[in-house]
Amino acid sequence: MKKFKKTLLSLLSLLAMATLNPVAQAAMEDDPTLAKVMINQLEHRYTDGPDPLVLEGEAWIGKDLHKAWFKIDAARVNGKTEELEVQALYSRAVAPFWDLQVGLRQDFRPKPDQTWLALGLKGLAPYWFETDVAAFVSDEGQFVLRGQFEYELLFTQQLILSPEVTFNLYARDDKKRDIGAGLADMQAGLRLRYEFVREFAPYVGVNWNRKFGETAGLARAAGEKADDVQFVIGIRAWF
Amino acid sequence: MPFVGDHLSFTRRRFVQGVAAGSALLGLGLHAAPTRAEQLQARLGPKVLSGTRFDLTYSPLKVNFTGKERFATAINGSVPAPILRWKEGDTVTLKVTNNLAEDASIHWHGIILPSDQDGVPHVSNGFKGIRPGESFTYRFQVQQSGTYWYHSHSGFQEQTGAYGVIVIDPKEPEPFTYDRDYVVMLSDWNDEDPSRIYAKLKKLSDYYNRRERTLSDALADIDKMGWEGFLNARQMWNEMRMSDRDISDVTGYTYTFLMNGVAPADGWLGLFKRGERVRLCFVNGSAMTFFDVRIPGLKMTVVAADGQYIEPVTVDEFRMGVAETYDVIVEPSDDRAYTIFAQAIDRSGYARGTLTPDPALTAEVPEMDPAPILGHMDMGMDMGMDMGMDMGMMGHGMHGMNHGGMKMGHDMSGMQHGGMKQRLPMGSGPAGYGSKRPVVHAPTEYGPHIDMRADAARYRLDDPGIGLRDNGRRVLTYADLRNLGKTPDPREPEREIDLHLTGNMARYMWSINGVKYADAEPIHMKYGERLRINLINDTMMNHPIHLHGMWSDLETGDPDHIPRKHTVIVQPGARISYLVTADAMGGWAYHCHLLYHMAGMFRKVIVS
Ligand SMILES: [Cu+2]
Repeated sequence: MKKFKKTLLSLLSLLAMATLNPVAQAAMEDDPTLAKVMINQLEHRYTDGPDPLVLEGEAWIGKDLHKAWFKIDAARVNGKTEELEVQALYSRAVAPFWDLQVGLRQDFRPKPDQTWLALGLKGLAPYWFETDVAAFVSDEGQFVLRGQFEYELLFTQQLILSPEVTFNLYARDDKKRDIGAGLADMQAGLRLRYEFVREFAPYVGVNWNRKFGETAGLARAAGEKADDVQFVIGIRAWF
Repeated sequence: MPFVGDHLSFTRRRFVQGVAAGSALLGLGLHAAPTRAEQLQARLGPKVLSGTRFDLTYSPLKVNFTGKERFATAINGSVPAPILRWKEGDTVTLKVTNNLAEDASIHWHGIILPSDQDGVPHVSNGFKGIRPGESFTYRFQVQQSGTYWYHSHSGFQEQTGAYGVIVIDPKEPEPFTYDRDYVVMLSDWNDEDPSRIYAKLKKLSDYYNRRERTLSDALADIDKMGWEGFLNARQMWNEMRMSDRDISDVTGYTYTFLMNGVAPADGWLGLFKRGERVRLCFVNGSAMTFFDVRIPGLKMTVVAADGQYIEPVTVDEFRMGVAETYDVIVEPSDDRAYTIFAQAIDRSGYARGTLTPDPALTAEVPEMDPAPILGHMDMGMDMGMDMGMDMGMMGHGMHGMNHGGMKMGHDMSGMQHGGMKQRLPMGSGPAGYGSKRPVVHAPTEYGPHIDMRADAARYRLDDPGIGLRDNGRRVLTYADLRNLGKTPDPREPEREIDLHLTGNMARYMWSINGVKYADAEPIHMKYGERLRINLINDTMMNHPIHLHGMWSDLETGDPDHIPRKHTVIVQPGARISYLVTADAMGGWAYHCHLLYHMAGMFRKVIVS
């Protein structure tokens, strides 16, 4: 696990170097090594209980058809990291609008750690749906299918409404983590952002979390809500 | 536009308009006020150098076109570079010194010369570029006359100011008269580092497009055509995941368009005396911008294209692809000022100048036309008609051309079909008429690096192009171009080469036949041969294709008067053909002249 963290750190520092110095690489080279860091969501969610601060981001470094790709999902509540999921992937273009992504996913929080093999397809589906579908197999034998879909609706060039939905399907029960087999959870969001520039946009929106089946039952048993609508406020940025 | 904050509109206005020439060219900044005389001087454009010996020096120059100081890549301390005036038949010597911190070069665009003088690093024979602190002396005999230009062929220097006009006076008098002439160099300036522009396009290819479809566009369409009509109209675009508003990769969102190095805030100034005939030598020296040029109130008689005389055509407007040149004659008969108006193809901004008998007079600046929207034809889509036949010039194929209000400019009825066919190679077509070969896509055109193939790519010579169709003005088209003299090389082509212009817009990758330059073999030509090149545009962008060292004899439908060009626009989803006489030994560059397409959409040509 230490090794994984180390590799991840060195890759991330490489990424930082590449993004800070784009001039040196792109001197009329057809396919320069470039890097992009995207904070898709950095938001405060208003709940009944303590409010979480949520980060959902991605970064890549590489060339037109081959990239190293990183994804991060994190939530902090009361200054404590409650959720932290990191993926390090090799991304390869397989079709005009699609990249095949393979690599590792590591869940650091909630405890205990869990390591997954990841295989995904990311790209733009017809009718402009940003799509990221991935399958994960964990060291504990769990199997997950995750789908993420996002759409953009332009009111103006700068005011953009984006609905999105994410779901997780589990192959088996995981009592340790309060997860039941089948469709476990779904998150649907609607965010309205204003792009001051392409790279920076604050937004407001709503987020609807819903747990299903066994997972919903386990949540209720633990005194949590299986169905929760939150108001969110955040920023979206990339460079 | 609702919801657009003041912040953005201010920024936009500043980029589009730029700042006054006095402060821009003198590098004085916004607050130091230049004198009236200085202001006027700064609006007159670059100075002229003439003779047979020239010293040209690259050095960084502080400029201010937008209100922000930036360093430009200047030649002899000028952006654009000085106008070079040569004489046909002279041998010119040009010593180019590089005082930049990086390699530089100069390519003499459209000039017929030996390969080792052409100035493309690692492509021209023996030329490796000019190292910092060093110089290179070019020397060649001038074998032609007309309007051309010169620019750096190193890195992104062409975007940062390294371009200038060449006017070559002919040995024999011109076939037209004029009282004075002016150079009109159009270009696109930006404050950003060009490598940053390129990186942004790779990260978000529509970064500079601020005219994507919005909800209100959709509602207006539904209102007009109903839900079903709307869904049908959107279907192709939604399935292809392409935008019909994708006209220019880099736009007025970051560009300030210049005329002779003067921003539109006050514009270039050209003086005339009433009743004079004025020759205007237009050059599009942009990195990425196509311009549509007109002078409201004046007819323009086009007398030369890419430096070569054509049969005069009188028009209201003409399109300039990047690197094209046109000479026009105007006769301003009234004692008033006229605006030379050059709007960018995507209407995100314009360059302008004033032609006036008195610097105190001003002329109205017209509104820009509505931004064009791509249609199915621009994507090379079959429109449900019999489009398989190519040029549509041999008998029945003519139906194809009549579609969509586009007719070939010339009458073909007198053609002797039978006699011509016997002299032709298999599957080809006679010189002057383009190819009769079907459009076939190579296996290399399939994969993640290619997002479309124009299966119904057609010759569209008399299509003025996106944004200029049916605009009520007489617009120049390629079908109007007829060489003033006889076709210089009347031979039939011995063979044909098909080159598909290919790419993936979203990934911002560009290639030819699906193969980028880095992976491509050179194109070989046999010395002395006459061949045909068929360009098929499998993308949704206009590409201006430039062959170095040899003429592109554009097949516009008249075999006896084939016009010679050095840069040829290939419209989106269209095809076009030209003949080449391989009469120049050595290595030559052959590429799309859009700066950010060039690295991939490039080939080396070797004539041996
Ligand atoms: Cu191009």
